[in-house]
Amino acid sequence: MTSTTRLLEGLGRIYVGLLLAFLYLPIVIMALMSFNASPFYQLPFEWTTKWYSDLASNAQLLAATWNSIEIAIIATVLSTLLGTAASIALFRYDFRGKRFLQALLLPPIAIPWLITGTAMLIFFFGVGIGRGLHAILLGHVALALPYVIVVVSARLQTFAPELEEAARSLGASQWQVTMRITLPWIMPGVIAGALFAFAVSFDQFVVSYFLSTPGQATLPVEIYAAIRKGFMPEINAVSTIIIVVSMGLMLVTARFFKFGGEK
Amino acid sequence: MADVRVEKVTRSFGAHKALDEVSIVFPDGGFYALLGPSGSGKTTLLRMIAGFDYPDSGSIVIDGDSVERVPVDKRRIGMVFQNYALFPNMSVADNVAFGLSVRGEAKATIAVEVQRALDLVQLGKLGERRPHQLSGGQRQRVALARAIVTRPRVLLLDEPLSALDKALRVDMQVELKRIQREIGITTIFVTHDQEEALTMSDRIGILRDGRLVQEGSPEEIYDSPASEFAATFLGDANILPGTAEGNGLRLADGTLVAARSTVLPAQGRAASCAVRPERIAILPAAVAMLDGKENSLAGCVAKRIFAGSVSTYFVDCAGQTVKVLVQNAGQPRLGEGDDVVLRWSPESTVLFAS
Repeated sequence: MTSTTRLLEGLGRIYVGLLLAFLYLPIVIMALMSFNASPFYQLPFEWTTKWYSDLASNAQLLAATWNSIEIAIIATVLSTLLGTAASIALFRYDFRGKRFLQALLLPPIAIPWLITGTAMLIFFFGVGIGRGLHAILLGHVALALPYVIVVVSARLQTFAPELEEAARSLGASQWQVTMRITLPWIMPGVIAGALFAFAVSFDQFVVSYFLSTPGQATLPVEIYAAIRKGFMPEINAVSTIIIVVSMGLMLVTARFFKFGGEK
Repeated sequence: MADVRVEKVTRSFGAHKALDEVSIVFPDGGFYALLGPSGSGKTTLLRMIAGFDYPDSGSIVIDGDSVERVPVDKRRIGMVFQNYALFPNMSVADNVAFGLSVRGEAKATIAVEVQRALDLVQLGKLGERRPHQLSGGQRQRVALARAIVTRPRVLLLDEPLSALDKALRVDMQVELKRIQREIGITTIFVTHDQEEALTMSDRIGILRDGRLVQEGSPEEIYDSPASEFAATFLGDANILPGTAEGNGLRLADGTLVAARSTVLPAQGRAASCAVRPERIAILPAAVAMLDGKENSLAGCVAKRIFAGSVSTYFVDCAGQTVKVLVQNAGQPRLGEGDDVVLRWSPESTVLFAS
C-alpha cells in the first residue's frame, strides 16, 4: 500500500468519524441529560430517573405523544395503502395524462412545508374542515402519499410485467395476481414507503402546528409550545424514549428487509 | 383438447395494421408454427389467442367457444414466455402449482399433479429449487410444466427456445416435440427461426406485414413456396428474374428456364423463379451433355466454401450469382475459376409473378 492511499484512507476514517459525531453526539448528550439530576445540563453528572416519573404525570405531554403515535400510525396505513395502489395502477395502465400525473407527484416533496401548511390551513378553513386532529391526519396523509408512490414505483421498475401475464395465463384473476405475485415482489418497497410515511408524519412540525388547536396537538407542537414557556427536562425524557423506540423499529426493519437489492 | 379458429382478425395500433384480416385454423392436437420476421404480427396474433389483447374485428374460437371478449384467465390456455417468466420468489414446485392453487384445487391433488408434470419434463427431483438456481434449459422445462399442469385447451409458445444456446436448443426441440405428442395438446408456436419451424411443426403459417402469406405442411411450403418472400424466408433459394414465357421464364441473357406447371403469370410480364441450392447439379463444362428436358445454365465458379459433408459453390452465370449446395460424396472437386454447367429439373423450379 502506498503512503498516498494510506493517507486517503486515514482522511476517510476521520470524515466518517466526524459525520457520525455530528449526527449522534447531540442525541447522546440529550439522552444522558434525561438521566441527569440538574435541569440545566449542569455537571457533574448525577443519576436520576426523576424526569421520567415527572413525565408520567405530565398529562399534556403524554396526550400529545399518544396523538402523535395515533396519527402517525393511521397516516402511515392510509398513505401506504393508497400510495401502493396508485403505484400499481401507474405501472399497469397507460392512460391519457399519466406522465403529467406522475410529474405532479414531485413538487409536493419540494415545496416547503411552511407553504404547504399555510395553504392547507386556508383551504381547510375555507371548505369547513377546520383545524384539529382530523385536519392534521388529512394533511399528513397528503404529505406522505408522494413519498410512498415514489419509493414503491422505484421498486416496481425491477418487476417484470411478464410475471403478471404469466400468472394471468395460469388462470389467476387480477386480484390474485396482485396479492400473490406483485405485492410479494414489491414488499420491500412498500415497507420502505411506509417508514417514510411514518417519519413524515411523526416528525411533522410545520403543517401540524398550523392545523392544531389548543389541546389537539401532536408531540412536536407540544414540545415547541413547552419550550417557549420554559425548558422542561421531561422533554429530554420523552425524546429519549421516542428515539429508542424509533431506532429499534428501524433496526428491526432493516434486519428483515434489504432495501432496493435482491434478496 | 381443442382446435382454435381465427377468423378475419384485424388489429391496428394507430395507423399501423399489425394484423389484417388473418384467418387460420389450428387443428386439434396439431403443432402449428407461426413464422415471420419481426413486425409480421405473429406475436400480436399469439397474444390475442392468449387473451392479452383483443381484436378490433374478427373472431377467435377455441373448442367451439367464441373467446374474443373473454379475459385471459378464463380462456384455459397455457403459455410459455420468451424469457420463461418464472416467479422468482417461489420454488420450482410452487411455480408449477400456481395455476392449480389459484383454481382452489385440494393440496393433495396439487402435489400429485405437480409431481407428474415435473416428471414429464424430467425435473422430478428439483421441486425445491429456486428458479435462479436452474440452468436455462431447466427453466424452460419448468415453464413448460407450469403451462401444461392445468390441462389447458391450447398451448401457446412465444419463441420459447430463443434464449437458449444452439446445442441446447436442438435438444429442447426434440424434447418439446416429445412432450407435445405425449399429451396431444394443440400447440401454437411463434418463431422467426425457419429451421425450428421446419423441424418441429406439422403445419406452418408464414406471416408478413400482418397478413398470412402462405400456409401448409413444412414440405409443401418448402417445395412449393407461393412467393419470393416465402421461398427465401423459409429455407435458402436462388431467385432468377425474367419475363414469363410459355411454361417458364425467359432470363435476361435469353435462356429459357422451364418451370413446374402451376398457376402461371400472364405471358410477357415480369416474373421470377426460385430454385433451392441443393436441387442444382454442378458439372464441369467439358463433360456436361445437353439434355433437352433439364434446365441448364453455363457459368464460372466464383467461390467455393468447404464445410465437411457439404460444399457451397457460388457460380456466376446469366448475370447473377447462383448458390449451389453439393454433398461431398467423392466426386472430383471444382475449383474457383472453373467453367461449369448448372443443371436442374423443371420440377424443382417454382415460378411466380414479381
